[in-house]
Amino acid sequence: MLLSFLAVIAIGILRLRNLFAVVMLSGIYSLLSAGLFVALDAVDVAFTEAAVGGGIATFLMLGTLALTTDREKLPEGRLQIIPLLIVVATGALLIYGTLDMPGYGDPTAPIHQHVAPRYLADAERETSVPNVVTAILASYRSFDTMGELAVIFTAGIGVMLLLGGARKRRGGPSGGPSGGPSGGPSGDASE
Amino acid sequence: MQRHFVLRVTTKLLMPFILLFALYVQFHGDFGPGGGFQAGVIFGAGFILYALVYGIESARRVAPAGALRVLISAGLLLYIGVGYAGLALGASFLDYNVLSAPAPKGQHLGIFLVELGVGVTVAATMVTVFFNFAGRGRD
Repeated sequence: MLLSFLAVIAIGILRLRNLFAVVMLSGIYSLLSAGLFVALDAVDVAFTEAAVGGGIATFLMLGTLALTTDREKLPEGRLQIIPLLIVVATGALLIYGTLDMPGYGDPTAPIHQHVAPRYLADAERETSVPNVVTAILASYRSFDTMGELAVIFTAGIGVMLLLGGARKRRGGPSGGPSGGPSGGPSGDASE
Repeated sequence: MQRHFVLRVTTKLLMPFILLFALYVQFHGDFGPGGGFQAGVIFGAGFILYALVYGIESARRVAPAGALRVLISAGLLLYIGVGYAGLALGASFLDYNVLSAPAPKGQHLGIFLVELGVGVTVAATMVTVFFNFAGRGRD
């Protein structure tokens, strides 16, 4: 049911030429995906998807539309055959890749055999945090989370350096780029 | 947005609840769904809503660029600082067990501080990115 809604919205996004409506639809798409994650019992992921995809991303896209335009340029009339072939081939490859995946919720799937049982059994005793997701993110996988935070930090610094130039000219004291300036543009790319 | 009376009043009514909910998600992340990242995003979204309705300039007065810049760095530094605190107390980097005496208590403290760092950096980054995008046409 949710998946068919997602498909309908995706087609709508493809067909519409009014970018304002497209941004709104993609926000709804994110919200529906969040519902899908709830149906899969992944509430933490759903939370993030609803907040980031439905909230912040929509805001940022609206800000971009305000700076540019809200009408999409019409593509050239004729059908472009090579891009279509590439897309179809990639899609076929991806579907082929899912063929030998274990069934949904299969307890013998490899992902449920590796470290997951240990986390589920010991996380609360070892960290005194009942939410296993938080325990894994902040304790067992703390180093990874630090890297993610560094990525967000770099993205913020990068946006400041790239877009904040106009204000700096007016503000006077150029305290200098305080973060890693070389990482700025790449931080944007990895977001 | 000067004349949208309903929007302005509703925003003013909603603001404290959005920020309070963000804090709830931040500090209740150990028990329910949520955590630093989600809390930071919600907190940032609250500011963005305020900026959308009341204008960028009035939001900038609440969250000046200098303070945001400090907060972005402070969150990451808090995270790394917790790591080095473990190192200084004779364990490995980001080992929380040495932070407090009985075994799981240090873990709880470490997770709390680390999530706080994540929340602060994410919230400040979101607001900064939005201000830079939205303020660009005007400057």
